[in-house]
Amino acid sequence: MKSLLLPPHAKERRVVFENAWTQGYTPDIECYEKHGGYAELKKALGMKPEEIVDEVKKANLRGRGGAGFPCGVKWGFIKRDDGKAHYLVCNGDESEPGTFKDRYILHNDPHQLIEGMAIAAYALNVHLAYIYIRCEFPKAAEIVTRALQEARAKGYLGKNILGSGFDVDMHVHQGAAAYICGEETSMIESLEGKRPYPRIKPPYFPAVLGLYMSPTIVNNVETLCHIKQILKIGSAEYSKMGTPGDGGTRVMCVSGDVVRPGPYEIPAGGVTLGELIYDVCGGLKPGRTLKAIIPGGSSAKVLRAGETFKTKIKGPDGEMIDKEIPLLDLVMDAASLAAAGTMIGSGGVMVMDDTRDMLWALNNLNQFYAHESCGQCTPCREGSLWMNKMTTRMMAGDGIAQDPATLQNVADNIAGRTVCAFGEACSWPVQSFLAKFPEAFAVKLK
Amino acid sequence: MTLRTPFSDFLLISLFPISLIFDLFKGFMDHHPASSSGPRQADQIPAELLVKIDEAVTHYPVSKRSASLPLLHLWQNHFGFIDESGVSWIAQRLELEPINILELVTFYPWFRQEAPGKAIIRICRTLSCAMAGSYELREKFCHAVGVDPAADHHHGLPTSADGKYSIEFVECLASCGSAPVCLVNDDLHEDVTEADVAKILSQYAS
Repeated sequence: MKSLLLPPHAKERRVVFENAWTQGYTPDIECYEKHGGYAELKKALGMKPEEIVDEVKKANLRGRGGAGFPCGVKWGFIKRDDGKAHYLVCNGDESEPGTFKDRYILHNDPHQLIEGMAIAAYALNVHLAYIYIRCEFPKAAEIVTRALQEARAKGYLGKNILGSGFDVDMHVHQGAAAYICGEETSMIESLEGKRPYPRIKPPYFPAVLGLYMSPTIVNNVETLCHIKQILKIGSAEYSKMGTPGDGGTRVMCVSGDVVRPGPYEIPAGGVTLGELIYDVCGGLKPGRTLKAIIPGGSSAKVLRAGETFKTKIKGPDGEMIDKEIPLLDLVMDAASLAAAGTMIGSGGVMVMDDTRDMLWALNNLNQFYAHESCGQCTPCREGSLWMNKMTTRMMAGDGIAQDPATLQNVADNIAGRTVCAFGEACSWPVQSFLAKFPEAFAVKLK
Repeated sequence: MTLRTPFSDFLLISLFPISLIFDLFKGFMDHHPASSSGPRQADQIPAELLVKIDEAVTHYPVSKRSASLPLLHLWQNHFGFIDESGVSWIAQRLELEPINILELVTFYPWFRQEAPGKAIIRICRTLSCAMAGSYELREKFCHAVGVDPAADHHHGLPTSADGKYSIEFVECLASCGSAPVCLVNDDLHEDVTEADVAKILSQYAS
């Protein structure tokens, strides 16, 4: 990735990416140890497990996989001493279109992930953990497997790790090219060797009834790396890097029509959308103007160039006052994007310029969701296919006048009516493209 | 309520052409890749594969069924695809019914029931790669190896006549910052241009 070989931009702060892009850094354990590797695991084993959970809570770390759930709160659901087996699953199924950050951690710095997982395992009383890696990263699976062997040989994993009396082991589990497995309950079904149909919540919250019906924590690769960094920097310093509800740094993955696409690690709330595109990523290609931005992976609602958002901010006397914020002034953190009606999700920012046909773009995404629907729930199984068929025929110039309304109707009847969030993921693009770019749907009708 | 008599049953049966039943069955057999002739994979398992399989099963002390995906990967990596004997063998190894394995083979896009080309070229189809020209790139690959670009990749992998290359459009490969990308066997190729096609093909020619 070319952008990572450049020195960090002034707005960047490489924390989980610190080692991965250091000149001469290799994924073996000796190199990791030279760069301070496993120091935080040693520190953690000297702490009380509750103290670690508390640190993660105070750090305001939100999950980096897409849903953005506060990590410490999730961990708090596990009762350490309930006498049950607990499991930890690392979600390395990175498949949300527009997201490409975990691949660099898995390939370049696997020990950072293993250390983060070992710390998490100790905090949550987990003795067996799995690293679920999508099979389209075959080399990552090899690299992480080798790293696990190295860590076992050095006593960081296995029985009585570092003489602490605590046992933990972990294994790589490869997926098989199904996007749905990124959904945590689907991933658990996949790990159990079944068809990966998501489970309904309630009652199947993983922290209560997860892998093998035992309390299970599923965390994203980047999230688990942040665990190590929180112990290294301390929760106070760590949370200061971000905004009050969204601590630490985030890897923003920018792709599409910008001069320097790439993953950029930036403190949460540290840039506006405009700064990210025009400053960090070098702006659009010469002569082009901005048309649309999908700010948090393909499932996030699309934003239109020039639009403004009515949000409430705290005024000087503590009262909430209305403020209109232009698109490019939106701050890149969870709360600001939620206030704009979309989400920061997995941090996948896709930029489209004036040469792009928005119907074409939506049709591309509809094809993705039609292919990836697992088929368990009727609204999603049928609806994602209908939406794809409709935009496909509109692209071919065979659309009929009712198509936009029918598309809207289908999308409105999927969201909220399915077992998992895939229903929302496939209908939000349709709903938001229709709302923000109605003109794109009018031109291709018969 | 409909009255059923032996005579009406006879009518139904006699009106249904028996040859059609036979044709249906024959069609099913023809399209059932696992029934293709050739030696059964389960009769040719090398010792190294058995060692790997045994090792994989130990990773799942709570439930052997969890080893289904790892075993399917090991099997496909060795044989290139998974035949009916493979499904049965894996099921037996994990004390499952064959359907428990077959339902995985048919669900997950990664698993195949027929032999692919020597090199599998997977081109990313999803938005950022499409914006960077992955549709044009796929056409170029198809033309270069003589695969019909209109071939539906959901029904078997389109493979060149010489058996060297299979070409497949796949969903997001999570490398959107270096689009367009393609995964050829285990290697990711980034920022691929149409001019790179010949070079990539020659790299996997033998």
